[in-house]
Amino acid sequence: MSSVIRIDAVTKRFGSVAAVDGVSLDIFENEFIALLGASGCGKTTLLRIVAGLEHPDTGRIFIDGKDMTGEAPYARPVNMMFQSYALFPHMTVAGNVAFGLKQDGLSGAALEERVKDALVAVEMAGLGERKPHQLSGGQRQRVALARCLAKRPRVLLLDEPMAALDKHLRERTQLELMALRARLGITFVVVTHDQSEAMAMADRVAVMDGGRILQVDTPRNIYERPANARVAGFFGDINLWSAVVGDRPGTVRVPALGFEMPTRGLLPPSGTAVSVAVRPERIAMSRAPLSGAEHAVTGTVQETVYLGTASTCFVKTQAGGTVRVLAPHADGASAFNKGETVHLSWPSTAVTVLDA
Amino acid sequence: MSRPYFTETWRRRMVLALPWLWAALFFLLPLAFVVKISLAEARMSVPPYTDLLARVDGAVVGLNATLANYQLLFSDALYVKAYLSSLKIALVATAFTLLLGYPMAYAIARAPAARRTLLLVLVMLPFWTSFLVRIYAWMGLLRPTGIINTALQTLGLIDEPLAMLNTPGAVYLGIVYAYLPFMVLPLYARLEKLDPALLEAAADLGARPWRAFREVTLPLSLPGVLAGCLLVFIPVTGEFVIPDLLGGPDTLMIGKVLWNEFFSNRDWPMSAAVTVVLLIVLVAPIMLFQALQSRTEIRS
Repeated sequence: MSSVIRIDAVTKRFGSVAAVDGVSLDIFENEFIALLGASGCGKTTLLRIVAGLEHPDTGRIFIDGKDMTGEAPYARPVNMMFQSYALFPHMTVAGNVAFGLKQDGLSGAALEERVKDALVAVEMAGLGERKPHQLSGGQRQRVALARCLAKRPRVLLLDEPMAALDKHLRERTQLELMALRARLGITFVVVTHDQSEAMAMADRVAVMDGGRILQVDTPRNIYERPANARVAGFFGDINLWSAVVGDRPGTVRVPALGFEMPTRGLLPPSGTAVSVAVRPERIAMSRAPLSGAEHAVTGTVQETVYLGTASTCFVKTQAGGTVRVLAPHADGASAFNKGETVHLSWPSTAVTVLDA
Repeated sequence: MSRPYFTETWRRRMVLALPWLWAALFFLLPLAFVVKISLAEARMSVPPYTDLLARVDGAVVGLNATLANYQLLFSDALYVKAYLSSLKIALVATAFTLLLGYPMAYAIARAPAARRTLLLVLVMLPFWTSFLVRIYAWMGLLRPTGIINTALQTLGLIDEPLAMLNTPGAVYLGIVYAYLPFMVLPLYARLEKLDPALLEAAADLGARPWRAFREVTLPLSLPGVLAGCLLVFIPVTGEFVIPDLLGGPDTLMIGKVLWNEFFSNRDWPMSAAVTVVLLIVLVAPIMLFQALQSRTEIRS
């Protein structure tokens, strides 16, 4: 597989702060990649560097194998959808879409055809004569998307595309973006702070923090095998405890839970400080003591948060630690109440041991 | 629940009454006086014009209005020429002010936020000094024995002093100098509000800087251009201090004519007629401006 975009050891500083700190990343043909991170992690700066709106202090940007580091934005075969959409307020919808094509010297029937195609692709065909201020937020987003698509870019860069949409519209737009990408065969790079959005849409996710990429992998691999505690904490809900590798082989001692936990896989030598992670949905919770479980913890329900399909329960263990448990409502069992004594257990395959 | 002391409608009317009262007292009433005087005849008396109402033994018997002043205004080539010349000077001066003011406003709007205030203060700094003093200062600079000529002669660049004062060029220079802030400020206000993401989007879509300026920045700043041009054009049309002090005997402007009619000839009715026509000439562009603005409909 050949990379469409190669980001090679790129660093960008604003004053003394490195917004992007020595990032390297290959983005492949037809891929949908998400740059995920909290605000200020450098993901938008990295996207703007690819677009040519910022210039890196060191490092290089290759597009289709060509060094584009010093090229202006208008010379790059990539297009960006801005978080604010940045529609031209004095132009109609059709005028906005035509703008980029006119820069390529298109005119007349050919121009009209391309504008129409782009508007049809985002289901805005009838609204070409409207002005941006006459559109809803969702419609504006479609225009911004059509304006990029009309240029038939090699790579489409999307900066927080869903940030201004409500939850319902967001899910629909996610599906539409994925369908569009399957149909057009364009490489998508999307910047988002929403891990569920990244998980739902992307083939690969690059988790960023402090200007660096912590892990790049498929959503499933990142969720199930996070590279470190920071990734684990950022990507979905998780229980993270500090622990020490136990004396018995294959176990770690978790002070917050007050017992030694068997794990799978290789462990560092005994006595090493590590972090232990367990996803809330892997933990079984019951009122009766569990027989035959690999290991169990007893605790008191401190708080429950009703989520519809499930409840999140925070259970305080006798050793003083708190365990987050996702208790499904599917089996029709009555929901757990505050103050109840419960027994928790999980298989050793649910335990991920990470560097401290 | 207690009833409000005044209903919503009445409160709104009371709030609106204030600007209306202001306009009536300080604009409409004086204007009515001016119109009245313009319909009278000049007379050696106090006040120096005839009563509009014909009276016999204190009782009103008829109207004494005459359009003679207006007839003279349009038949005498001097007045027509003065109006046309004023409009021409105002138009050219406005164009120069725009050409100079736009890049200034653009540069200030693009300057780092911390520097902008300083630059704006510098633009407005001349207002701290009296207008008249500043124009006198230009006389001092431009006169044959002034600083510029003396300096050039001392350096041996010229043998004879250049005739700079009392020329049309000096009038334009003075006007552009005095009215530049009125152009820069509305333009700056407009350009500063321009979302930088729009220019980034233009570049991203393939527009080179000049085309991005022409197709995005310029059209979006047009309301500022229009506001600035009117703020310069309207007062310059009636300007009389600058042409009087910096212009020559052949610089004809309606403001100067008005001054002469009023203070030299003591012809109040004629100067009132000149004023009324000038007002109409100036109100026309404002109406045009408002018609244009409601048509462009740029709302964010």
